[in-house]
Amino acid sequence: MTKFNFPPSIASRPIWGTLEPRKGKAHLMIADAEGAEALIDLANAAPALLTMAHLIYLPKDTGKRYSDALAALKPASIYVGPSYDAAESRIQRVLSDAHMGLQIYLAGTEGLMGRAMSAALAAGLPLAAIQTEHRGSVARRMQCVHCKGITEDVTTDPFVCAHCGLNLFVRDHFSRRIGAYQGVCVDAEDPGEVPPQKELYS
Amino acid sequence: MSAGTAKIAVRVAEVVDVNELVKRFKFVRRDGGEMPTFSGGAHTVVEMRDGATTRLNPYSLMSDPGDRSAFTISVRRDDEGRGGSLFMHNKVKPGDEMVISYPVNLFSLDLRARKHLMFAGGIGITPFLAQIKQLSHAGGNFELHYSVRTAALGSYVDELTTAHPDRVHIYYDDKKQAIDLATLLDGQPLGTHIYVCGPKGMIDWVRNTALDHGWPETAVHYEEFLAPQSGKPFEVELAKSGKTITVGEHQSLLEAIEAAGVDAPYLCRGGACGQCETDVIAHEGKFIHNDHWLTEDQRTGCNKIMPCVSRFEGRRLVLDR
Repeated sequence: MTKFNFPPSIASRPIWGTLEPRKGKAHLMIADAEGAEALIDLANAAPALLTMAHLIYLPKDTGKRYSDALAALKPASIYVGPSYDAAESRIQRVLSDAHMGLQIYLAGTEGLMGRAMSAALAAGLPLAAIQTEHRGSVARRMQCVHCKGITEDVTTDPFVCAHCGLNLFVRDHFSRRIGAYQGVCVDAEDPGEVPPQKELYS
Repeated sequence: MSAGTAKIAVRVAEVVDVNELVKRFKFVRRDGGEMPTFSGGAHTVVEMRDGATTRLNPYSLMSDPGDRSAFTISVRRDDEGRGGSLFMHNKVKPGDEMVISYPVNLFSLDLRARKHLMFAGGIGITPFLAQIKQLSHAGGNFELHYSVRTAALGSYVDELTTAHPDRVHIYYDDKKQAIDLATLLDGQPLGTHIYVCGPKGMIDWVRNTALDHGWPETAVHYEEFLAPQSGKPFEVELAKSGKTITVGEHQSLLEAIEAAGVDAPYLCRGGACGQCETDVIAHEGKFIHNDHWLTEDQRTGCNKIMPCVSRFEGRRLVLDR
């Protein structure tokens, strides 16, 4: 089962949706890992849509499980790459060439969706032209509010900032501009008094 | 009192014939003070005391939002209308004392936009005149496509094309010129917002074409003031105030409620803003909904009415007012 029901939270926390076919002049789809399943469901609902789509897929730890199935959907173009960083120049190029009428479909982890959404908004696309669907890992992309460094794929609370080494508490406070959740020092007042680490949502 | 109903006592400083159908009116404060600030796209509601009849009609402010010395509006004469524009054209003279409302904006620019793509039809040009002045001060990126019937009836065409020769495009109906909308919408940069003001057909055409091209609704803005339609007189019971009133042939339901001394909320008086939405307690008959605020469900549910533009035909109507 790759769908997860996130518990209700503060208003800042994004509510991920379900991808549906939309009218558009161009369609950009970006997915990672199990996010492929959301694109396959979308293709089943609207096979013609995929033939107009530019698809960027990052399998992460799913290996070859989905890439052949995605290629079989016959997207107008498909790129399968090792990481968001590897795909970033391609995503930036697509956005810089894009015009109004572009529809974006994001699927997979919160980190992937947050990062791609942030790039699309920075390029000027209105939020309403971006659809999302969460699938797979509940790992988060976190920004340390102290050093501003980003730690990807955080699965525990608290966690150690990959940049400055502070012990950070995982908040639901999300920044659309940065595409990440906020991590705040958990032992600022009593250094070393760190609550026991646990898996997110456990 | 609802927002936007605060009043300003003004004097008519100037009345100018723009062309055969349009007159421009300039209002200054009677106390010599400054006008309130506004943003491009705002309108004011002008009170017209015409003998026993009082009309309150909304008009877009067309003056420079940065100029606080006066407000300026343009009024197109409608010989078939309920008489508001005829009153303005035939009775209002320089020096007259009038009352207008504080400005209210239901058609503001989205300043996050990278580019403002504007479509105007006829007198629908007026809000854009203020918006363009506002954008010009800040070096904003805009493009105006303005459709007029003939050169003689093209209000402010010369002013616009002289000030912004590269940004303003005029289309003359009598020369069979039409906006090539599909081509225009193709290739607009990310972050472009569309604004349209004009006849209903033009607004629907621009909105529907944009949606078909994949533009999100949040990037398509429109303003259409509906004038209240005349119709058969009808009787209404106002449950809260315990009054029964009759709405005259050329009177709107909202005007009849106000004439009975009942304070009812309003903002645009043109079926757009939703402020005057009123609950229906009971009815026997049929609603004539003229607004573009209520949803289809609310209309079929027969439990809401927008008294600024909508009417009723039947035996009995009871409102929660």
